[in-house]
Amino acid sequence: MKRLKAPALWTILAAVAVAGIWPLLNRSATLREDMFLILMFVTLASSLNILLGYTGYVNFGHIVFFGLGGYIGFYLISQQGWHLIPAALAAALVTTLLAALMGGAVLRLRGAYFALATLGINEATRAFVTNFKPFGEATGLSLHFSRYQEYGGPASALWFTYALLVIVTLVTLLVSYLVKTSKFGLGLMAIREDEDAAMVLGIHAPRAKTIAFALSAFFPAIVGTLFFFKNGNIEPGDAFRLHMSIEGIVMIMLGGFGTVTGPVIGSAVYERLRGYLLTTPLFKDLQLFFAGMLLLIIILFVPSGFIGWLRERSARLREVLQ
Amino acid sequence: MTDQVILQIEGVTKRFGGLVAVNQVSFEIREGEILGLIGPNGAGKTTLFNVINGVYAPDEGRVIFRGEVISGLPSYEVARKGIARAHQVVRPLNELTVLENVVVGAAYGRRNLPLGEAARVADEVLEFVGLAPKRHLLAGKLNVAEKKRLEMARALAAQPYLILLDEVLAGLNPGEVAAMLDVVRQIRERGITILMIEHLMHAVMNVSDRIVVLDYGSKIAMGTPQEVANDPKVIEAYLGDPKMAQHLLEEQGENEEGGADGHS
Ligand SMILES: Nc1ncnc2c1ncn2[C@@H]1O[C@H](COP(=O)(O)OP(=O)(O)O)[C@@H](O)[C@H]1O
Ligand SMILES: [Mg+2]
Repeated sequence: MKRLKAPALWTILAAVAVAGIWPLLNRSATLREDMFLILMFVTLASSLNILLGYTGYVNFGHIVFFGLGGYIGFYLISQQGWHLIPAALAAALVTTLLAALMGGAVLRLRGAYFALATLGINEATRAFVTNFKPFGEATGLSLHFSRYQEYGGPASALWFTYALLVIVTLVTLLVSYLVKTSKFGLGLMAIREDEDAAMVLGIHAPRAKTIAFALSAFFPAIVGTLFFFKNGNIEPGDAFRLHMSIEGIVMIMLGGFGTVTGPVIGSAVYERLRGYLLTTPLFKDLQLFFAGMLLLIIILFVPSGFIGWLRERSARLREVLQ
Repeated sequence: MTDQVILQIEGVTKRFGGLVAVNQVSFEIREGEILGLIGPNGAGKTTLFNVINGVYAPDEGRVIFRGEVISGLPSYEVARKGIARAHQVVRPLNELTVLENVVVGAAYGRRNLPLGEAARVADEVLEFVGLAPKRHLLAGKLNVAEKKRLEMARALAAQPYLILLDEVLAGLNPGEVAAMLDVVRQIRERGITILMIEHLMHAVMNVSDRIVVLDYGSKIAMGTPQEVANDPKVIEAYLGDPKMAQHLLEEQGENEEGGADGHS
């Protein structure tokens, strides 16, 4: 496995690992909460990148995997008494399976039609969950305080959840890299460039797209479970926030779509920027406006994003930076 | 060339709404042969290619490849069976490098190779078509002649039994045409059967073993270059004026670029 020896991979994994472990050493709860959000977005953006960046299909409903996975995991924990880890994995598997079923149908659409359909999926799922009894309908579900005892009390439950997120983020990045450098990933990128030509070259596009869509659902579902477990409750409004999908797209575009590193840098920068905007009274209510403006500026002036821009500088950089 | 038939087109018809783009066309290609497919713009040549390689299913008739009916199969399955194609309107995967483009061809083509082996095949093919120095360039950055070569390289990398070449000479200057014809001949040396659409008359006459002529979707002639060139029906189809056409054929029009065919 020559590609596992690539310095680019280990640099980015090491950087994320160090940043992720920092709050654990430091025992700072504020730092941990900040990092939780950043890592969560790194995972969301990187998984979305498999579809958007590698395959070229714009998914405005990516957050549905986070919400649905979150609900399934939370249900298993709060209603069925499951432990966090098996619940998160089961949520991811079910969500991935549902994504494969949905993908088979909706990926027949291309371009704007696909993008619109993904908006529909998010809204339809939200509407379904809002009326679904086992998931607590509009009020959602909450976790009894005592359930954290199993993890050594609420405080250590938070640390435990955070440590799991660090691992999940690293695995997501590893998978993103392995997909990108595999034959399957090359097929996805060929589909992104010209789907019909790709099929003439022998790529089974319907199958490849469906696998990419399903794979992009796996990690958000785990993260959804972790996030809402940490939160202690889940409701439709929090689980299916459309603007998180859009922010995910902004992060990818900012860092460089179709690259492994891009979504990491994009998430970190955007998350810091957002934190700043949220705490500045003047901009507090304008954060989505800024997200939109930022997206516009990137698309107009640096369409390949920061990492993409670097990669365009030379063939050598293109090879080294993934 | 053997007598073994590799591809059989049987009564193929393809319509677009009211337009009959390909009308009851039948012919066969023998293994190792170079078969030229000619006809005026809009005659249905590209459409016939699209039927052969699975982009369209025929409305009537069928296509048999190496003894197996392939009409109606999706294009990715046809590719796996061993038919590769160079498009008339080039379709480079722009944001991938030249090498990656050709690796796609090799990895997903007839032999379904893993990436490492596909890269080796791709290197060899790039060398063969003379694109090796450009291998790390993004495909979108190539000029037209190079993009034509890339189309060819990608198709060759698939290591097909049959290759479909759609006007690979169009838009090239005489030097580039000569180089490309050389490549075509060498492809045949490798034992690959070639079906080529070509506007550049002297070139296709020169290189083909046999020629099929389409006009308004129908096959109007088939035979050796000599037979076809002297067929009054063919000459008429081309220009409506037999004398003029004869004259042009004798001139072996170097100027006949054939690039005017704007659609695919
Ligand atoms: N996808 C399509 N939809 C409608 N008409 C088409 C389509 N493709 C080709 N045609 C028409 O079919 C006829 C044959 O086209 P084509 O096969 O491209 O001709 P050639 O390659 O011989 O120049 C033309 O009249 C063309 O306009
Ligand atoms: Mg044509």
